[in-house]
Amino acid sequence: MSVKIDETLTVECETGNYHTFCPISCVSWLYQKIEDSFFLVVGTKTCGYFLQNALGVMIFAEPRYAMAELEEGDISAQLNDYEGLKRLCIRIRRDRDPSVIIWIGTCTTEIIKMDLEGMAPKLEWEIGIPILVARANGLDYAFTQGEDTVLAAMAHRCPEPEFSLRERKEMKQKVLAFPSREKEKLHEYANHPSLVLFGSLPSNVVSQLNLELRRQSIKVSGWLPAQRYTDLPSLGDGVYVCGVNPFLSRTATTLIRREKCELIGAPFPIGPDGTRAWIEKICSVFGVETRGLEEREEQIWESLKDYLNLVRGKSVFFMGDNLLEVSLARFLIRCGMIVYEIGIPYMDKRYQAAELALLRDTCTRMCVPIPRIVEKPDNSNQIRRLRELRPDLAITGMAHANPLEARGISTKWSVEFTFAQIHGSANARDLLELVTRPLRRQRNLEHFGQNTLVRKNNKIEMTLYTES
Amino acid sequence: MKLAYWMYAGPAHIGTLRVASSFKNVHAIMHAPLGDDYMNVMRSMLERERDFTAATASIVDRHVLARGSQKRVMDNILRKDQEERPDLIILTPTCTSSILQEDLANFVERASLISNSSVIFADVDHYQVNENQAADRTLEQVVRYYLDRSHTQEALDQFVTNVPSVNIIGIFTLGFHNQHDCRELRRLLRDLDIGINQIIPEGGAVEDLKDLPKAWLNLIPYREVGLMTAMYLNKEYAMPYISTTPMGAVDIAECIRQIHKKIDTLASGSSNKRVDCEAFIDAQTRFVSQAAWFSRSIDCQNLTGKKTVVFGDATHAASITKILAREMGIHVSCAGTFCKHDAEWFKEQIQGFCDEILITDDHAEVGDMIARAEPSAIFGTQMERHIGKRLDIPCGVISAPVHIQNFTLGYRPFLGYEGTNQIADLVYNSFALGMEEHLLDIFGGHDTKEIMDKSLFTNIGLIWNPESRLELSKIPRFVREKVEKNTEKFAQQKGIKTITVEVMYAAKEAFGT
Repeated sequence: MSVKIDETLTVECETGNYHTFCPISCVSWLYQKIEDSFFLVVGTKTCGYFLQNALGVMIFAEPRYAMAELEEGDISAQLNDYEGLKRLCIRIRRDRDPSVIIWIGTCTTEIIKMDLEGMAPKLEWEIGIPILVARANGLDYAFTQGEDTVLAAMAHRCPEPEFSLRERKEMKQKVLAFPSREKEKLHEYANHPSLVLFGSLPSNVVSQLNLELRRQSIKVSGWLPAQRYTDLPSLGDGVYVCGVNPFLSRTATTLIRREKCELIGAPFPIGPDGTRAWIEKICSVFGVETRGLEEREEQIWESLKDYLNLVRGKSVFFMGDNLLEVSLARFLIRCGMIVYEIGIPYMDKRYQAAELALLRDTCTRMCVPIPRIVEKPDNSNQIRRLRELRPDLAITGMAHANPLEARGISTKWSVEFTFAQIHGSANARDLLELVTRPLRRQRNLEHFGQNTLVRKNNKIEMTLYTES
Repeated sequence: MKLAYWMYAGPAHIGTLRVASSFKNVHAIMHAPLGDDYMNVMRSMLERERDFTAATASIVDRHVLARGSQKRVMDNILRKDQEERPDLIILTPTCTSSILQEDLANFVERASLISNSSVIFADVDHYQVNENQAADRTLEQVVRYYLDRSHTQEALDQFVTNVPSVNIIGIFTLGFHNQHDCRELRRLLRDLDIGINQIIPEGGAVEDLKDLPKAWLNLIPYREVGLMTAMYLNKEYAMPYISTTPMGAVDIAECIRQIHKKIDTLASGSSNKRVDCEAFIDAQTRFVSQAAWFSRSIDCQNLTGKKTVVFGDATHAASITKILAREMGIHVSCAGTFCKHDAEWFKEQIQGFCDEILITDDHAEVGDMIARAEPSAIFGTQMERHIGKRLDIPCGVISAPVHIQNFTLGYRPFLGYEGTNQIADLVYNSFALGMEEHLLDIFGGHDTKEIMDKSLFTNIGLIWNPESRLELSKIPRFVREKVEKNTEKFAQQKGIKTITVEVMYAAKEAFGT
């Protein structure tokens, strides 16, 4: 099955038997991002075991998340869900005193149809702490889409723009109090409607992107999510929003439909090319003329030369698990790599339209065919294709990384791209550092011999990997 | 509903998958939503497994909820059957399928009619059993399946081997030091001139399981997994089994004596010359293993009466408690296990070797106990290691759950005579480190000179404005100093006097840090 986007770009769809992280993993980065939050995952031992192992050492640092572990009595409705959750939330309030509790619904709460959305407002009123509900379950979503469900829920709690008007007034008063410096600052920005960016990024990257836009005299009024729940940005009619990550399609839809915001559909600020296109699109929407963007991009590419020499002409295969694949592939093609396949869990062709267009343009510019995009990939088919294509690099989940390395295929764990700082021009180097690490390692081990380290007589391997 | 941050034993399906993926050419298919195939990651990362883990998921998604999973489960089974031709496919339920209550056993029956592989449905209930119990059950189920089948086909050859031989049952993937223990057991049995009939499930072939009864007896090194199989074989095929864990000099001797006794009874009449077991035990204990000598040495004298706490699975916690108390003369304040289902056995084993017994699977309770006992060293799981870190008490890891550093490349058995050496090192090193720390504390550290941390580039007339100062503080500590230096160097080169956030990131781009 394949769907045409335009004459040149098609998206195939496979069986969906692929390995990825469960979307509840989003708590691992979101609890760190939103400092005053507490995440309560309502699920079973399976969910807990996954988090415990996936989060590794973080678990011992008294994280602001916990499992509400469902027992047999909860499943068969012998116990009262509301009373159970109330008891746990009161304990969390007592021990941690968060500004918001976020309930993460799981597969189990879906199947037993636990009415989290119905209970939350009641309990919120009773205990006096905002309670958000995000259904980040494996029945519907993959890995990073978990963040999407949380941010979509959070969008409803953003204050109205009236509030921001008041804020602006306060700001003016402040300016009067410190006339010399603050006034100067205000004039740095062009006169444009309020702009809110969405997507959870480390605070350093937030500053970097704010700075990139400030250079073009664009002011970022706020981020969804902010560093603290209590600092959520104002949203509403006339506010422009723009995403920084490709997996935020539900959040985008919520912002458009429920919050009446205007969405700026841009490629994502990953790589210098993506960052430039992202800024250009925002500026063009606001009618602001860009300054020095081209030179800046050139400068960044220039500084990446040593890495580019390493990757040029090398081939790469994305197995797909975190939805960053199209943006990363686009960047790597621009770096001179050949992309054989872009596996991706889910493709929102509307939300990613600008990114897909940039991919197509990049391919034309670099004179390479557009790679096949495979939605809901099938890992065993992909392994067969990997065997035939033998790419220089496979970007894959941890379940396949070691087995592929043992067969002489260099790999990079896809999960690292989710946790590393890859946004904005300034981080392009870090991104290439990740991509080239397996290639550099391989170069260092060149004279060590033995690229394939599996026994040939293994029966399973014979069917998957017959050495030619 | 209970609040939980951490669990000692994983969910049931992990146990089933571990057993399935330990056998050769067995494929497990999980009936699970996307993301539940986490065992693959653990096996690939922790065990550094070179082969693809033969476990895949038959994904439960919205469509399955609406239409039922029969078609998809059947398709997936038949596809695996054709693609990889496994000997056996095990359909594994998860917490999700436990609630859906579809008749998975029926799908399996239908699939097995068409497929070349044997297909069975793992009989484990997510809400009743944990990882270890499920592994125990699954192993028994697989063994029973193949023996029953041979029985009905009358293909069962029940004659025992000519020379005495044993089956080692319960060595499998992601087990704590299982690979090393297995090698040590092989060595021990070879020294005793006893053959090994089969080792299951690790590396075993299911088609060979019909030959299990050819062994004279079964050896179950760990209580958690293998006992059910041993009991089944005992009941159906009258095979004796030994479940004394050969960990620590005293128990190794006990285990060897039991094996000998069993073999002697079975071999009565045969004129086979046997290894003199008492002489063997004596030589090994006194001269091959260093542990007995170590206990007598002056080093170990210093450990007399030191307080410790032990926590782990039933096998390891009980054995280590006994080793500490009776082989090293160390005071065990409290010993505990998270294997609640085996509490009676545990209590009986360590009776008299410790002051207090703790049976719990709540890590907070263990933490409180440790804080209360204030031991000089802890012997526990990774969780206890972290509790120790927080309380500044050294910890030796003696039981799962564990991290990657416990899957060592080097040879580190816990069982057998080499195991006693490894355990002695582990115990001694934990204490020695603790003592060193303590001395350092008393005398105020190695180096009492004022610490020089003035960086080269400060005090050269550069001013960090408040925003950039704040920004700098957000950068992780281990790179902060480098960023600071580079930024100042950059500012100097450019003749910038005040460092702003912009300057910081311009420097980052310039230096590529």
